[in-house]
Amino acid sequence: MLYGYAGTILRVDLSRNRVDKEPLPPEMAEKYLGGRGFVARMLYDEIPPGTDPEGKDNLFIAAVGPLTGHFLPASGKTHFGTKSPATGGYADSNMGGHFGPALKYAGYDVMVLRGKAPEPSLLVIEDDRVEIRSAGAYWGMGSLTAERKLKDDLGEDFQVLAIGPAGERRVRYACISHDFGRQAGRTGIGMVLGGKNVKAVAVKGTGGLPVYDVEGAYAKGKEAYAKVREKPGFKGWTPEGTAGITNWTNEVGVFPTRNFQTSFAEHYKDINGRAVLERLKITDKGCSLCPTPCGKYGRARTGRGEIHVEGPEFETIALFGGNCVLRTIEDVAYANYVCDELGVDTISAGVVIAWAIECFERGILTEEQIGREIAFSDLDTVVYLLEKIAARDGIGDLLAEGVKRAAEKVGNGSADFAIHVKGLEWTGYECRNAPSMMLAYLTSDIGAHHGRAWVLGHDMAGAFTSVHDLIVSGGEAKRQPKGPVTEKCAEYVIASQHERPIFDALGTCRLQLMELGFEGHHYAELYGLITGNRKSWEELLAVSERIWHLTRAFSVREIDGFGRRWDHPPRRLTDDPVQSGPNQGYCIPMEDIEFLLDAYYRARGWNEDGIPTRETLERVGLADVAEDLAR
Amino acid sequence: MELKAIHENCSGCCTCRLACAMENHRQVRPALAVLRIEGRFPAPGDYRIHLCDQCGACAEICPVEAIREDENGVYRIDEEECTLCMACVDACPYGVIAAPDPDAPPAKCTACGACVESCPRDAIVMVG
Repeated sequence: MLYGYAGTILRVDLSRNRVDKEPLPPEMAEKYLGGRGFVARMLYDEIPPGTDPEGKDNLFIAAVGPLTGHFLPASGKTHFGTKSPATGGYADSNMGGHFGPALKYAGYDVMVLRGKAPEPSLLVIEDDRVEIRSAGAYWGMGSLTAERKLKDDLGEDFQVLAIGPAGERRVRYACISHDFGRQAGRTGIGMVLGGKNVKAVAVKGTGGLPVYDVEGAYAKGKEAYAKVREKPGFKGWTPEGTAGITNWTNEVGVFPTRNFQTSFAEHYKDINGRAVLERLKITDKGCSLCPTPCGKYGRARTGRGEIHVEGPEFETIALFGGNCVLRTIEDVAYANYVCDELGVDTISAGVVIAWAIECFERGILTEEQIGREIAFSDLDTVVYLLEKIAARDGIGDLLAEGVKRAAEKVGNGSADFAIHVKGLEWTGYECRNAPSMMLAYLTSDIGAHHGRAWVLGHDMAGAFTSVHDLIVSGGEAKRQPKGPVTEKCAEYVIASQHERPIFDALGTCRLQLMELGFEGHHYAELYGLITGNRKSWEELLAVSERIWHLTRAFSVREIDGFGRRWDHPPRRLTDDPVQSGPNQGYCIPMEDIEFLLDAYYRARGWNEDGIPTRETLERVGLADVAEDLAR
Repeated sequence: MELKAIHENCSGCCTCRLACAMENHRQVRPALAVLRIEGRFPAPGDYRIHLCDQCGACAEICPVEAIREDENGVYRIDEEECTLCMACVDACPYGVIAAPDPDAPPAKCTACGACVESCPRDAIVMVG
């Protein structure tokens, strides 16, 4: 008995209309835990080297972890993986909501989709019964509209994930949407689903999960909920959710603004968490089993009409409110809604659109090419470009390729201000004053994403600290000292790269630990009671380290010439000083970037080009991968 | 003794449902829960908690009188006497009698209070 897990891998070959189920291998559960760990190992093992990310041989994997769906705080995460349409290397993206627990209650820890359905299709899972159905009229619908209609047609107790028109038309940063506002947004995972002709997956699970020590797990789960409620961050963090960090990021000058020309938005109090609460919010909206709901669901009235939307959360505020300089929370919410319905990642879209506006200002893209004038601080510009992108119409066809590829096609120096790493657009933390956080972005395995390590606390405060504590400590909106460039930066980043992603393997949300300071050892205890397999928190982190080397090896195998240059930032961040705000004048020059990468590679046990050495791979239990790389 | 919902506090996390199944069945199986959360999205954009208020409609419909009120005003199913007809499931005006297994007696609210205790939002209270 594999306690804690559902125990089955569901495989669907869309080309052959074939469904297979196989037992979850206990050795994979032991060595990779679940979620991100399963995704990483199965991508490495099952995707033939050189597979086209857009082709039918790419895999779409959804995986939950051993703790998903169990009685403990925020155990509602689902992890998705594929070969990245954004970078060509390793890709994953996760979401909350209720889909993962439903998949697990239906009996599956992993769902693997391969091939391509001959016609637009739906995958409907009801416990043992798995059916591929025609998508019919659902194809072409917006994500939110499709989800509503599917729940109306199938039943309210189905959990639905869907792509929008952007996924259908293969926008390279198309997302998956679920629960009317939750997204697996990053790496173009929605493009892969669209490429398989799958509009939506609906799942209903009525089964249960085996628990090694049910009395102990129930008692420990209750204790965990009680402890989370006792944390100061429970009352301090929850009311505004992620939007609550908007003030702090501006006051310390790390808020990407005007295509990363600066890191401070003067209008930040019109787009902050308080604005969400006072001007938009109807209800708090939480994921499965979460006591600290980030989601704020609300209604916005703009000149373009009234919409309902979940959010905006911090990332959307940063990339539309800061980077595209939308000046009111209503405008940001409207852009958020359009992205959600079209099925576009708000982060990548906010970077791509800001880049296009700067290109227009510099005369690199013309009104004739674009079809109209475009400008910062203009909601009509944002909506116009989003609709063009989702339709791949005119300028949208270029922008749908993502900022790296678009800049390569347009040229004229536009790559210098195309803000990405490895081809994935940068998220909501500007770091020209923050070398540790800069290094975190450069070495994130999926590209420029903060989910793998968040170390601004080290750059600002010189210590590990929860986000809530940082917010409470406040910023000063005046010139700050720049974070020191030292070997320590690599240590901070590596520790965080093990700690944050372990939650993606366990199948829970990290925010209770990261934002509230809920301690890691509680998860180790819960893991032991639920699975019967004892691992200390440190042993769990060792699994996280193994996964980290594996995802790097995957990218080494899949990307021609992969190495140090793939970890470099765009020139804007090394050469152009921040234009205003607390960090005006700062940048991190290229020699400091190389110093940071040298320190990081040494600490990781990788060679000078950032390739894991045989010794390192063998040390973490990846001898087979070492053999592959040697070939 | 009965449960009362404060809908505007609910954030849809459904911790109450799993707590219900854990407390009464010691199973990680929310399908056994005898309350449900309805998310009304995209509009009006809120949650509704559907609870048992011990109205007794289940007892009234039961053809073998296997559901009886106890001294606290709580209706309980006598599993020995239950014939698995499931009439109570359809009769419940709130849709909160659970019967995920056709060959097992349905489950109804016993006013145990696990949902009240577990709700991180204080969205369910016990009255009476």
